[in-house]
Amino acid sequence: MAALREGTFSLLHCMRCSLPHFYPRAVCPFCASRELRWVPASGLGTVYSTTVVRSRAAMRNIALIDLDEGPRMMSRVEEIEPEHVAIGMRVTAFIIDDGGTPLVIFTPGIGGSR
Amino acid sequence: MTGAAILGVAQAGLGHAGGRTDQEIIALAAVEAVNKSGLKMSEVDGLITSSLTSPWWALRTAEYLGVRPRFTETTMFGGSSFVIDLLTARRAIAAGECNHVLITYGDTPRSAPSSSEINRMRALLDPQVYEHPYKPFNPVTSYALAAARHMHQFGTTREQLAAVAVAARDWARLNPEAFARDPLSIEDVLASPLVSDPLTVRDCCLVTDGAAAFVVTSSERATDLHDSPIDVLGVGHAHWHRQISSMPDLTVTAATESGTTAFREAGVTPADIDILELYDAFTINPILFLEDLGFCAKGEGGAFVENGRLGPGGSLPTNTNGGGLSFGHAGMYSAFLIVEAACQLRGEADVRQVADAELALVHGNGGVLSSQATAILSRRR
Repeated sequence: MAALREGTFSLLHCMRCSLPHFYPRAVCPFCASRELRWVPASGLGTVYSTTVVRSRAAMRNIALIDLDEGPRMMSRVEEIEPEHVAIGMRVTAFIIDDGGTPLVIFTPGIGGSR
Repeated sequence: MTGAAILGVAQAGLGHAGGRTDQEIIALAAVEAVNKSGLKMSEVDGLITSSLTSPWWALRTAEYLGVRPRFTETTMFGGSSFVIDLLTARRAIAAGECNHVLITYGDTPRSAPSSSEINRMRALLDPQVYEHPYKPFNPVTSYALAAARHMHQFGTTREQLAAVAVAARDWARLNPEAFARDPLSIEDVLASPLVSDPLTVRDCCLVTDGAAAFVVTSSERATDLHDSPIDVLGVGHAHWHRQISSMPDLTVTAATESGTTAFREAGVTPADIDILELYDAFTINPILFLEDLGFCAKGEGGAFVENGRLGPGGSLPTNTNGGGLSFGHAGMYSAFLIVEAACQLRGEADVRQVADAELALVHGNGGVLSSQATAILSRRR
């Protein structure tokens, strides 16, 4: 969270089995090691699934993103109509300020506009 | 291990409970189930119940019913809880900890919807800090993500999802206790408002009131207590995740594991099953479960449910009371699956009765495809 506030999206990697995981835990979910370290993420990913939440007037995208490092996370893809987000689409992470809390959001394409 | 059997089953407060509270309708269902089991409430020495909200639910229920059980269990596995309770009851009975276990659940989300305070409290008590900030409309969004992935990977169509809702409605039209009994077509489902793409409001279960109760005892004692005990031949439970973002493959559920356990223990195969009661919180669920339980190959569930196969007169009668989609869904549904299976196996289902139903598969689902529980139930021959 501290890194996110400073504008860096990082993943915890296990120092024993070397696998990265998400969401960040105090122990590795693959080998139970407590020796973990933060590594900046590439920020690149692929849409694994996507939906449009429709409430009254508003529509918003919710997507599951498979990060290039392996782990999957929930997020949303912005700068595109919610229903145009497609499974298999390549996306890039950026960090927004969500009411005082940093939040990882994705935009279509590699590198993106930010 | 000593076998277990289901005795009396009952439901109360279905649809709209008419001002009665959750505890009142649970008590009405519980008393009827105990009476139908040839027992007095004072002979109930085991109690299993759980609540979506109250961590003190077992104590409140025992207090309300005036019972002092020797064995009490209240682990919450979401909607799948009451299939898992069969396993727990059987273990407790086999261990000699109790004789007659009352399993019950009820809620009144239709007549007394949760306040915004309670909804906020639920989110606070089960924080999902890596999902909630994105504002998924759960549980619908999580199941929508699974449906979208299944459609992408296997070519499953919205029409095939709709076929599940139509089969459920066709059953409900034969069941006077079902909540939604108007005619429903595939076109109607497709034309209804999207909630979380690709799921429309008709791809989602109802929100109704209702309570269900049943009594489990040993196979031996069941013979003396009831004309038609329902034997629990096999039960399996598996859970692989809590949040949808942690589900390894959104097209494969832990029903693969729970089903394998239940079938192995029962010594039967999918071809032997006469009726299925599959937890249909959303139309994608039965498609996933039919695949994962071995009724069709992975990816073929969409085509499998077409042409009325699951509906009345179809070759695989499924959700014969109308399901969560059309019978009713009171927060957690699997206790109602067991009541309907017992009713069908006893030949008490009136105009919706499936002829010669001897073997039923009941499958409970909890969370967001998180907890999967399978039971195989048989009438005595």
